[in-house]
Amino acid sequence: MITTTKGDMDESLLRKVEGEVDNDNEHTTWVEYYDGDELVHRSAHVRLKKPLFTEIVGGQIG
Amino acid sequence: MANTQAIATSFKGEILTAIHALGTTVTRGATTADTVKAALYLTTASIGAGTTAYSATGEVSGTNYSAGGVTVTNANAPSTSSTTAIWTPSASIVYTTVTLSTAFDCVLLYNSTQSNKAIGGYTFGAQTITAGTLTLTMPTNDASNALLRVA
Repeated sequence: MITTTKGDMDESLLRKVEGEVDNDNEHTTWVEYYDGDELVHRSAHVRLKKPLFTEIVGGQIG
Repeated sequence: MANTQAIATSFKGEILTAIHALGTTVTRGATTADTVKAALYLTTASIGAGTTAYSATGEVSGTNYSAGGVTVTNANAPSTSSTTAIWTPSASIVYTTVTLSTAFDCVLLYNSTQSNKAIGGYTFGAQTITAGTLTLTMPTNDASNALLRVA
């Protein structure tokens, strides 16, 4: 069963479309389910690749 | 042996646990870790280095999404790896069965214990969610990949 905008629906009744983005910043997969031409479910899974990075630098004395 | 000029690696880690206060600081209410939350922002928002705290301005809204986002699972204490202090949430950040129809591309981590002060924003490709789940998977908590690194 798939959670949709119309309530839980049997996956076999829906058209499934999957996609993927992979670049330096992220690896993302997503899945969409359509009832006819109507989008009734979309989920995404994002894995971030770029951390937040800060550098502490010690200054010179004198 | 010889002396070397360096910032102590321990200091970098202790910054993340509020051990040092080189300026006026706050009186902390407890010694437990603060609560970190994760809020999502629309592609039209302006989250960045100038963001000082969580704001509802530009935040997503939709079914089953609560303003302020979700609490981040934080079972990983800050640590050091090589000469880098690191921290990564210990579980994926998940927004379950939400509908977010307007495109968003940023998650802001912020400290809800300390007046919602900002930690940092992470951007990704624009997304919408329809009666589905958004999962933000955390990287490996090491010096090369940790979500937050102080080097």
